[in-house]
Amino acid sequence: MKDDAMDADTETPRPETVDLKAEYEASGVREILDELDRELIGLAPVKARIRETAALLLVERARKSMGLSHETPTLHMSFTGNPGTGKTTVAMKMAGLLHRLGYVRKGHLVSVTRDDLVGQYIGHTAPKTKEVLKKAMGGVLFIDEAYYLYRPDNERDYGQEAIEILLQVMENNRDDLVVILAGYADRMENFFSSNPGFRSRIAHHIEFPDYSDDELLRIAKHMMDEQNYALSPEAEAAFVDYIGLRRTQPHFANARSIRNAFDRARLRQANRLFTEAAGALDGAALSLIDERDIRASRVFRGGLDSEVARKEAGQ
Amino acid sequence: MRITQGCFSFLPDLDDTQITAQVEYCLSRDWAVGVEYTYDPHPRNTYWEMWGHPMFDLKDAKGVMMELEACRKAHPEAYIRLVAFDSTRGFETVTMSFIVNRPNDEPAIRMVRTEVDGRSIRYTHSVLR
Repeated sequence: MKDDAMDADTETPRPETVDLKAEYEASGVREILDELDRELIGLAPVKARIRETAALLLVERARKSMGLSHETPTLHMSFTGNPGTGKTTVAMKMAGLLHRLGYVRKGHLVSVTRDDLVGQYIGHTAPKTKEVLKKAMGGVLFIDEAYYLYRPDNERDYGQEAIEILLQVMENNRDDLVVILAGYADRMENFFSSNPGFRSRIAHHIEFPDYSDDELLRIAKHMMDEQNYALSPEAEAAFVDYIGLRRTQPHFANARSIRNAFDRARLRQANRLFTEAAGALDGAALSLIDERDIRASRVFRGGLDSEVARKEAGQ
Repeated sequence: MRITQGCFSFLPDLDDTQITAQVEYCLSRDWAVGVEYTYDPHPRNTYWEMWGHPMFDLKDAKGVMMELEACRKAHPEAYIRLVAFDSTRGFETVTMSFIVNRPNDEPAIRMVRTEVDGRSIRYTHSVLR
């Protein structure tokens, strides 16, 4: 499709001027950016970076139409941040954005981890990696926890082979696919320093900050809204306490922890309704999450039983 | 002699852009595209060698083109065809097949008539190099 567009460029006379505003409106990029603003709470630095990237790509496209540049800009990216900060969600939006701008032909997202790329025995890795790459052609390949590809403790690890194939495709098929690597910041840093080939091929490093307590509460309310649940005022206060406590406990995963908390609160609410309810329940009662549903969480008793036991043993 | 089998074989050879467009069509119908090659273009040789598996779940023709490129590199003097498999229940068959690579020097196919049982005739085709 892109080749067709290029052919058309050589046939029709090049435009003298370009109206970026009109281009912006026509490309449908605004919808994606608005969607990003609306659906993703917080993440201000990420949104700013995406806006910048979109502007760059728009200008680059305009330059191309005027014959000022020919090279496709390097679009491979790395997303770093703690678990549950929205990396996959943003990657999905990014695929849509790049598709609207015409930098990828199909705009689908193929999300993989080490298991999908690295084989079990000699000669298994290359076909496996190529299979995934073929599926990702024309779209975005999202490699979650990319640092697992490289195992410095085992020099015979097949991950190295997958890395080499990836690097080659990232260089040679820049028109065909965009690779996004994602993972925790510190481990990604290690990964990049031991694989300098990756660092030089990735132009955009985007960092995902942790959510603040206030943002997490808004996320929780957003999730509940979507599923037609509501918090009573006391339950909301309890949830604020919950977020503050949960953050200090191990395995805190930002929005994902909030989603899990919500799921467990639903479980407790259902159980409470089932055991306590006498007679008919209306819709409001079925969708109201009570303070008790939140306060019953183990987080208020110091976390998982195993964690509490460990702490006590330590003291 | 120019071998004519499958779609488009009476047309001039498709170039890569045209092949890509055909593959895009196949993928848009959710057909799985496979690459096959042979050195024996006899009309009765139905089953050619498979170059890897048929490719399910592709979104873009580039994946097929990469495999085709690899096959051409390994077998420049073979006949290579793309086959599109329709997995719809009730069809479950190859719905489209076309040649995308031919040797520089194509063999001829010769027909031999043999009289049997009185004046009945049996036809035999053989590939001559």
